[in-house]
Amino acid sequence: MQGFNQLNKAFESRVRLGIMSILLVNDWVNYTDMKDTLGLTDGNLASHVSSLEKLEYIQVRKEFVGKKPQTSYAATQLGKLEFQKHIDGLERLLKGS
Amino acid sequence: MEENKKHLDDLLHIRSMMERSSRFLSLSGLSGVFAGIYAIIGAAIVYFDFQAGSLTYSEYVRSTAGAENQDKKLMFLVAIALMVLLSSLVTGYLFTSRKAKKQGLKIWDKSAKRMMLNLFFPLFAGGVLCLVMMHHGLLGMVAPLTLIFYGLGLYGSSKYSFVELKYLGISEVLLGLASAYFYGKGLLFWTIGFGLLHIIYGSLMYFKYEKPAK
Repeated sequence: MQGFNQLNKAFESRVRLGIMSILLVNDWVNYTDMKDTLGLTDGNLASHVSSLEKLEYIQVRKEFVGKKPQTSYAATQLGKLEFQKHIDGLERLLKGS
Repeated sequence: MEENKKHLDDLLHIRSMMERSSRFLSLSGLSGVFAGIYAIIGAAIVYFDFQAGSLTYSEYVRSTAGAENQDKKLMFLVAIALMVLLSSLVTGYLFTSRKAKKQGLKIWDKSAKRMMLNLFFPLFAGGVLCLVMMHHGLLGMVAPLTLIFYGLGLYGSSKYSFVELKYLGISEVLLGLASAYFYGKGLLFWTIGFGLLHIIYGSLMYFKYEKPAK
């Protein structure tokens, strides 16, 4: 099982995998866009976001657009690095078999 | 094997999320086909109008600027071109929103905006330049310039949509350049670029990505 230890448990969930994929190719993505792209319903996103934030893989920015509060997300350097490692790990596992 | 399938699914999921969030993939190939058909209809109307009149297209674009019959004809040509553009945009919007609905996506998302911005900025510049050319009576440059700037717009916007748009863009630019060289043959090049190429591109995209699986 070469490369097994490259897989990151944090990215086991589909939602977290999706969040990181989106943030790898976009700078800042707001809550609504994130939710729509992932095809999630309200409330589902929050727990996954906070777990990724706790690991410092993503950063969260809250600001006011007009009078409405808006939350946006971006991947940190660490998050991008770890996610890239995870992708490499997946590829290696597939090739090795 | 179970494990492997999950890994593969994960990778596919990653790829699809990356594409979906950065590229506008709801653009329907059928809208290209229809845009091509409208362009050919428009070009045919113009062609037969010239056939019926005393001047050919080539003679017309070389005629002196400001001549009374030139201005009248110009209004007619611009009206036809705008009608082709407008009906293409409306049909394109209808087919694209239908496709977006099928995919469960919003039509007007961030990637759509980025694509449109990259497409319409060159188109805006080209449009203004065409007006300037008409103002100076250089009518023969209008068809080449619309082809060139449209191609540049497609080339730039392909980064935010289907990569195939890039090749359509390159073809339009090359056609436009050739058309500028063969001054006076603009109508023919325009028909190939906006008519034929759209139909070819649109059907290729339709059969590649949209054709309902049997």
